[in-house]
Amino acid sequence: MSRAAIDGIVRPKGARNKVLRVLLFFILGLFVLYYLLPLFVMVSTSLKSLDEIRGGSLLSLPRNPNFDAWGKAWQSACVGVRCNGLRPYMWNSVAMVVPAVLISTTLGALNGYALTKWRFRGADTIFALMLFGAFIPFQVVLLPMARTLGLMGLAGSVTGLIFVHTVYGLAFTTLYFRNFFIGVSDGIVQAAKIDGAGFFRIFFHVMLPMAPPAIVVTVIWQFTQIWNDFLFGIAFTVGDSNPVTVALNNIVNTSTGVKEYNVDMAAAILAALPTLLVYIIAGKYFVRGLAAGALKG
Amino acid sequence: MSNVRLEKVWKRFGATEVIKGVDIEFNEGEFVVLVGPSGCGKSTLLNLVAGLETLSSGNIFIGDRLVNDIPPKDRNIAMVFQSYALYPTKTVHKNITFGMETRRVPVAEQERALKQVTELLHIDSFLERKPGQLSGGQRQRVAMGRALVRHPDVFLFDEPLSNLDAKLRIEMRTEIKKLHQQLGKTIIYVTHDQIEAMTLASRIAVMDNGHIRQFASPETIYEEPEDLFVAEFIGAPSMNIVRGRIRKKGQYVVEVIDEEGSILFPLPDRLLKPAAAREDQEVFLGMRPETITRKGAQRPSVNMFSFQRAIDVVEPTGPDTMLVFTLGNIEAIARVHPEDREQAGAKYAFEVDMGKAKLFDVKTGKRL
Amino acid sequence: MPTRRRPAQWIEPHLPKLVVSPLFAASLFFVYGFIAWTLYISFTRSAVLPSYEFAGLIQYERLWDTPRWYVAIANLFIFSSLFMAGCTVIGILLAILLDQRIRIEGTIRAIYLYPMALSFIVTGTAWKWILNPGLGLEHVIRGWGFENFRFDWLVNPDMAIYTVVIAGVWQSSGYVMALFLAGLRSVDDEILKAAAIDGAGPIRTYYSIILPMVRPVFLSAFIILAHLAIKSFDLVMALTGGGPGYATDMPATFMYSFAFQRSELGEAAASAVMMLVTVIAIIVPYLYSELRRTGR
Ligand SMILES: Nc1ncnc2c1ncn2[C@@H]1O[C@H](COP(=O)(O)OP(=O)(O)OP(=O)(O)O)[C@@H](O)[C@H]1O
Ligand SMILES: [Mg+2]
Repeated sequence: MSRAAIDGIVRPKGARNKVLRVLLFFILGLFVLYYLLPLFVMVSTSLKSLDEIRGGSLLSLPRNPNFDAWGKAWQSACVGVRCNGLRPYMWNSVAMVVPAVLISTTLGALNGYALTKWRFRGADTIFALMLFGAFIPFQVVLLPMARTLGLMGLAGSVTGLIFVHTVYGLAFTTLYFRNFFIGVSDGIVQAAKIDGAGFFRIFFHVMLPMAPPAIVVTVIWQFTQIWNDFLFGIAFTVGDSNPVTVALNNIVNTSTGVKEYNVDMAAAILAALPTLLVYIIAGKYFVRGLAAGALKG
Repeated sequence: MSNVRLEKVWKRFGATEVIKGVDIEFNEGEFVVLVGPSGCGKSTLLNLVAGLETLSSGNIFIGDRLVNDIPPKDRNIAMVFQSYALYPTKTVHKNITFGMETRRVPVAEQERALKQVTELLHIDSFLERKPGQLSGGQRQRVAMGRALVRHPDVFLFDEPLSNLDAKLRIEMRTEIKKLHQQLGKTIIYVTHDQIEAMTLASRIAVMDNGHIRQFASPETIYEEPEDLFVAEFIGAPSMNIVRGRIRKKGQYVVEVIDEEGSILFPLPDRLLKPAAAREDQEVFLGMRPETITRKGAQRPSVNMFSFQRAIDVVEPTGPDTMLVFTLGNIEAIARVHPEDREQAGAKYAFEVDMGKAKLFDVKTGKRL
Repeated sequence: MPTRRRPAQWIEPHLPKLVVSPLFAASLFFVYGFIAWTLYISFTRSAVLPSYEFAGLIQYERLWDTPRWYVAIANLFIFSSLFMAGCTVIGILLAILLDQRIRIEGTIRAIYLYPMALSFIVTGTAWKWILNPGLGLEHVIRGWGFENFRFDWLVNPDMAIYTVVIAGVWQSSGYVMALFLAGLRSVDDEILKAAAIDGAGPIRTYYSIILPMVRPVFLSAFIILAHLAIKSFDLVMALTGGGPGYATDMPATFMYSFAFQRSELGEAAASAVMMLVTVIAIIVPYLYSELRRTGR
């Protein structure tokens, strides 16, 4: 994104423009501070000792930074009555997010492909009906899903959570792949058909090799969504099977004992780290997911 | 005064030089057409004149005024863009009056100017429509209207007709020419269309890679191209340019040799002097396709010379038929009457008007 | 060329439908079936256990008799209007500023947008600490010499909802910025050149030409933000837990609390249906126009 072509318009010269330019950077800088402030506060607090936190200022740098709070958040902070830190819950989240992302992405790709390249009667209606699933407030399915998971014997388990995320992630993955495949020329499919390739052969040998951009965007988007989910986590899991967001919330909101702000912050950073890393490494694709999510919200 | 003068104008984008020291002056009331291959800097040059790009160095004068640092709105120019660049959310009316609004022209005067222009361009029947509800030709007219109400000293057109279909293009071409005759304002006009260039221009500037190669009347550009580049660029199909060697066989000739044998093209008197200076040296011989016809089809003259070649390909275009044949190292084209055509493969007796032939220096490409 | 024999030639033409059907069936069941189930439960006397005896609008009557529901609705109203306004104003402002040929634009954009990668729980945790009345911003500003400065919104029932707005705007405004920036950039350069020739300055160009051209972005931003606001659950849970008391309850937390803590299934279902209806009222017209626009 750039505006090279209008950069050169001759503008009246003068002090006024200089002032405006300074103002522009001032405001932009102010907002940079605004957005970075919470991150800074989190990191600096997590590196301080409790005494320093109580005695010092929120905005001051840690005097002798140490990772004690991080260690505690990782392996010994108390979540409810258990004091094993965030570690087991991180693994829960990993165990949940990996299969859920893979399954929902694969099925979404297959679905998007079938709906666009093998148009059958009603394909558009099916798509519209499925798309709606991406918009519902999930409160409306919480109660029946809780019962269904119970009936399936998946209540309170990570497996149950994988199932839920897959089911409700399908709408977005289908949407994204449909929009991607719609842009792929039908001629390619026709040509492959003439070469004698069938449904799956075309999918695996023709469509998927073209789809890495869409796959990356979908995987990143689903990963972020599922990792950051809280509602399903808190509604469908208990204690041991909590994902990390729920555990973090429990750490922060336990009312017993001394409030350890540094541990809270370290735990928050740990919980945020995977998605932040993805954002830093693959921000471009993340933003594309956002653009597609514009439709989803 | 509304002549436009460019002095040693350079434009760089970072390290890439796009305009490389252009010196040119457009006279008041002149219709100048800029042509050149894609990416040679035509739009950039136009933008420099408009103030839509800043100069890297050099000066631009409009009239007597140095406009280097003057913003576009104060240069008294108007521009029509290839995409028309109409404001999609504004009605035709507002599109045309927007510039006057920003200049705080009294409303009564705005309306008067609007009325005058819209009647002139026959767009008064859809003033309240948005650009999206107009056809391409109508949009084109609105874009022209927006330019006309400014009463500028100089009009700048960047491929204004290239998005129209062939028929509309011809209509609008005529209309632009009429407008120019009525208004008498300086026009700088970029186009890819050779016919547009030839019919509209009082002078054509041929650009190549940031340089002006030649700036002259259409006839001069066509008949007396400065160099190989201009000769090849102007004219469609382009000039046949074949490598040969000057010989003295009684008179001066250009000898072209290939598998089908050698042909000695006799040079007209006009070219004797340069030929004499280059005896036995290589030259490029240029012959426009329409100067090569079937033997006997042109008005007889001393400069007619006929030769035989086999036809490789026959390409009918309607009014004329192109015969492609091998000559020296190139595929030469002859332009003959459709009834003069023969089957591909047949031996054909061509006749060329050597009076119109051109010689170019092999090294410098300059016309001799 | 001999064609390779596939065991089930006859199945080939039906494969696309065979692939889509189970997924479609799942979607029918888990979306529409579940909605129907919730809808039905909202018409029964279900409490701890679901009952399937139709009881008319009784749960809706109870819902609209519950003061806490009114708090939730009022909060949703306050939150969504301020949240949407805040995000839109900041988003447009930043998008326009970033559109001014800034060399480090990419970096700044990345900074403005990173909160979108965070969980609302993380955001809530961070802001909860920053807004902490004893040790947070209040403390900092007192330290600067304003001894009587008070900033206890987080624990003040009248003001706590505004802390949710602050954190929500922080998280989502960058997203709106990105939407608008993409919109601004999609405006054709030649139009901007034409505006320059017409003598429009930067403010006039944005106000009178560019912003009207990106009207669809306003619509998408509105829809997205409204949708986020109605569904907002995590942020409230992490920041205030719905408190103090139930001062920051929203429909989403209300529903969760009635369903899983107070076991009032019927009333919880009724509140969920109210949320769904609100979302449908906003989303369906939008979806319809989107599908018509992008459809073939
Ligand atoms: N803003 C810019 N930054 C960098 N390079 C540019 C910029 N604008 C143009 N150029 C380069 O300058 C050269 C000339 O561009 P210009 O648009 O003037 O060509 P043109 O002659 O109008 O071509 P066309 O006939 O295709 O319109 C091109 O190589 C182009 O890539
Ligand atoms: Mg151009």
